Amino acid sequence: MTLTADSPASPYGDLIPPLTKVQAMAEANRCLYCYDAACVRACPTGIDIPAFIRSIATGNLRGAATTILAENIMGGTCGRVCPTETLCEQACVRNTAEERPVAIGRLQRHATDGLMATATAHPFTRAPATGRRVAVVGAGPAGLSCAHRLAMLGHAVTVFEARAKSGGLNEYGLAPYKMADGFAQREVAFILGIGGITVEHGRRLGADLSLEMLRREYDAVFLGIGLGGSNRLNIPGEDRPGVEDAVAFIERVRQADPAAPPAVGRRVVVIGGGNTAVDAAIQAKRLGAEEVTLVYRRGRAQMGATAWEQELAQTNGVVLKTFAMPTGIGPDGVTFEHTALSDGRLAGTGLTFLQPADMVLKAVGQTLRADALDGLTLAGGKIVVDGGFRTALPKVFAGGDCIASGEDLTVQSVQDGKLAALSIHSFLTA
Amino acid sequence: MADLTCTIAGIRSPNPFWLASAPPTDKAYNVLRAFRAGWGGVVWKTLGEDPPVVNVSSRYGAHHDTERRLYGINNIELISDRPLEVNLREIAEVKKAFPDRAMVVSLMARIEEEAWAGLARRIEATGCDGLELNLGCPHGMCERGMGSAIGQVPEMVEQVTRWVKAATRLPVIVKLTPNITNILWSAEAAKRGGADAVSLINTVNSIVAVDLDAMAPTPVVDGKGSHGGYCGPAVKPIALNMVAEIARNPATAGLPISGIGGVTTWRDAAEFLALGASGVQVCTAAMTYGFKIVEDLAGGLSNWMDDKGYRSLDQLTGRAVRNVVNWNDLNMNFSAKAVIDPALCIDCGRCHVVCEDTSHQAIRIDPGEGRRLFTVIDAECVGCNLCSHVCPVPDCITMRPEDTGLPYVTWPQDPRNPLRTA
Ligand SMILES: Cc1cc2nc3c(=O)[nH]c(=O)nc-3n(C[C@H](O)[C@H](O)[C@H](O)COP(=O)(O)OP(=O)(O)OC[C@H]3O[C@@H](n4cnc5c(N)ncnc54)[C@H](O)[C@@H]3O)c2cc1C
Ligand SMILES: Cc1cc2nc3c(=O)[nH]c(=O)nc-3n(C[C@H](O)[C@H](O)[C@H](O)COP(=O)(O)O)c2cc1C
Ligand code: SF4
Ligand code: SF4
Ligand code: SF4
Repeated sequence: MTLTADSPASPYGDLIPPLTKVQAMAEANRCLYCYDAACVRACPTGIDIPAFIRSIATGNLRGAATTILAENIMGGTCGRVCPTETLCEQACVRNTAEERPVAIGRLQRHATDGLMATATAHPFTRAPATGRRVAVVGAGPAGLSCAHRLAMLGHAVTVFEARAKSGGLNEYGLAPYKMADGFAQREVAFILGIGGITVEHGRRLGADLSLEMLRREYDAVFLGIGLGGSNRLNIPGEDRPGVEDAVAFIERVRQADPAAPPAVGRRVVVIGGGNTAVDAAIQAKRLGAEEVTLVYRRGRAQMGATAWEQELAQTNGVVLKTFAMPTGIGPDGVTFEHTALSDGRLAGTGLTFLQPADMVLKAVGQTLRADALDGLTLAGGKIVVDGGFRTALPKVFAGGDCIASGEDLTVQSVQDGKLAALSIHSFLTA
Repeated sequence: MADLTCTIAGIRSPNPFWLASAPPTDKAYNVLRAFRAGWGGVVWKTLGEDPPVVNVSSRYGAHHDTERRLYGINNIELISDRPLEVNLREIAEVKKAFPDRAMVVSLMARIEEEAWAGLARRIEATGCDGLELNLGCPHGMCERGMGSAIGQVPEMVEQVTRWVKAATRLPVIVKLTPNITNILWSAEAAKRGGADAVSLINTVNSIVAVDLDAMAPTPVVDGKGSHGGYCGPAVKPIALNMVAEIARNPATAGLPISGIGGVTTWRDAAEFLALGASGVQVCTAAMTYGFKIVEDLAGGLSNWMDDKGYRSLDQLTGRAVRNVVNWNDLNMNFSAKAVIDPALCIDCGRCHVVCEDTSHQAIRIDPGEGRRLFTVIDAECVGCNLCSHVCPVPDCITMRPEDTGLPYVTWPQDPRNPLRTA
């Protein structure tokens, strides 16, 4: 692979650099310390944003981080990957005053990085042991958040994780330029630092574990298994060499040795319109692809990727094409048919074009793998839970991407895990 | 174009901006740069009798705002630490090079007539335009019986002024210390002694910050600190009040005033002038930004005067003095209510929480469309102004005077006053 002169020094470096201390001070001082602040109402985890920003402004970095982590134990990841432009920063009143919100996400990263770099002890202590044992399935954001809160409340937690590493999509799915310097694993170690949590890797529900067995051996079970399957395009040529699922591609990049990044095609086509598509496209570009084209079947406004992400793709040299759906993949590339929206319904126009490609990345959504979920109610491809994150099975709770709580985002999964832990706690102590 | 020429105690300068007696005026090098930059005059850094004093390291402490701008500094510096002869020679040279600028020289001596008179005579020989008596330095010199040790005792202020007036034909400005209980006592004493003008304020006694690692006040000198003199934007309110007190006091009314303390912008200068000063002196702002600020000080003042129709400084000087009254002369029947402009409001909620937590529970929040709607409950609002001060958006909250139909009634006349006189 050859890197052109304007390629980044490393495709594994931060795309958005951390704030310097001076930048953080200046930015923190832009916060108005709003009352009942709009930004807090817009954060799924409800972090006391004005409080933590004020702490940064006064030089109390550890206090700032503790305020964040009290509500969101993955504040570090969220400060890096949250689509703040649709969450907290979207609501910030500085948008009204100056058309530029306080950079809440970057400040959050500044505070949590500061704590993780300097703290010698975990910021939270465990309540006295309750003697209760909880099984958590899946060591992703939902599972780890749930485990952490349960441990804090004094319960003993065993996490069963199918894969070799903890972190879920933090480790395997998020683009490397968002999670530079092995952050996902540093954060896992930090979270487990509270104690009382054992993680068993290579333990898959559905293979060597069953819900029945977990219900028998534990006082409660939490399912944070995410969405393990990928949607198919169901078009001819989908299984040709060079055609790959975008999540699998990102995983390959994430797990490669940064000194030997995987090779990419010269001309890459990414199919899809969500943040996975954008991440895969930018990543391919950063790995040295000459042309990266992201093709989405509807318009920019309907894309799952936010306007900011779309812009990021473009400023990183990705070409966006809209209103085109793939109809087949051949040796020379992908054939697309132009589409149009009429009365809200998408239809082909009959006009086609060939988008040349030697690598095709599919990013058309993840699905729940329901094989080991006997006894649970599913709806719309998700596990059904009630307001207390209880599933149809007694003692079994669920949260994160595998339920329909909000958007499929890290921050939402962390919130689900936290609230489910509180619900499990009241169930265990009732 | 407004005429900015300025006369205080008979000393003329092309504009009212003088550099106060301090490091910026300690030697020819600085003063020449200042004059080239456009300053109307200087008060040369205080001269004393030889041998020169010795200064410590370090000398300045800082008070920053949240954006690391300087609110104020304090210093534990003494008077000029250069030989008298050198200073006198340079003063003469600079005055010759810039004859149109005001060259005032600050001095300080033991409380003995010959010490003051001798120094004054030697300074007069330089050809300078006037003298300023430093009766205010609050650190170091006062422990030697000088500076504020003199300035805090009205009898000594009067005595020293008289000695110097008798020794020289030059105009004498008496620089007052704010570290007293009533500025009028020293101002009146200076006038009795024959002062041609007063200048104020010198620095305010302070510990500006504590170094929490060294556990000592800043500036830290080998592990220890001392109280120092505070100056800069933070002291302006103190200075304005003292200037106004002298300007409206019958015994000192008409005594020319050189306003000092926190002058940073032309607006600050205009405020000092409005309260009775004939010119201003600047130290910290120059030490913070350099001499170039004089361009905006003079240009801004001149433009504003043009806009307002003031053609010369004397039309402006003292304009606000008649509106400075004692509390007992305020109208008890006046009423203003806060009014929030919903179009400018950005929904930060700060007005609500401060009124709710610390004032009169007068700001209501309603859901509103998209943004919350903040409204003042007139019946509860006492017009205290707090909300308008905390609102981050200029002019979003205004205070609207209410037509009560009631007459101007002062507290001594108010029926609610159990001790009323009328
Ligand atoms: C490519 C990509 C990019 C993304 N980018 C962003 C982004 O920038 N910002 C953002 O906020 N969100 C992003 N998301 C979404 C975010 O990653 C998810 O919402 C979040 O990780 C969901 O957390 P989870 O804990 O529910 O599931 P996961 O993170 O998927 O974790 C589930 C865990 O359970 C394990 N597991 C699954 N099944 C079993 C089983 N049967 N037995 C045992 N263990 C099992 C898995 O190995 C995994 O470790 C992205 C998602 C993808 C796919
Ligand atoms: C470092 C420093 C040294 C000073 N030295 C003197 C001095 O020698 N004589 C004097 O009369 N005032 C001295 N002052 C006081 C200033 O002349 C001035 O009165 C005071 O700083 C307030 O003005 P400002 O707010 O513009 O700085 C000094 C001030 C500073 C900061
Ligand atoms: S809305 Fe913006 S300004 Fe207000 S508290 Fe939140 S971050 Fe600060
Ligand atoms: S002026 Fe004072 S009392 Fe009136 S609304 Fe504002 S803060 Fe409340
Ligand atoms: S302080 Fe000003 S901007 Fe903020 S809510 Fe009140 S009126 Fe609106």
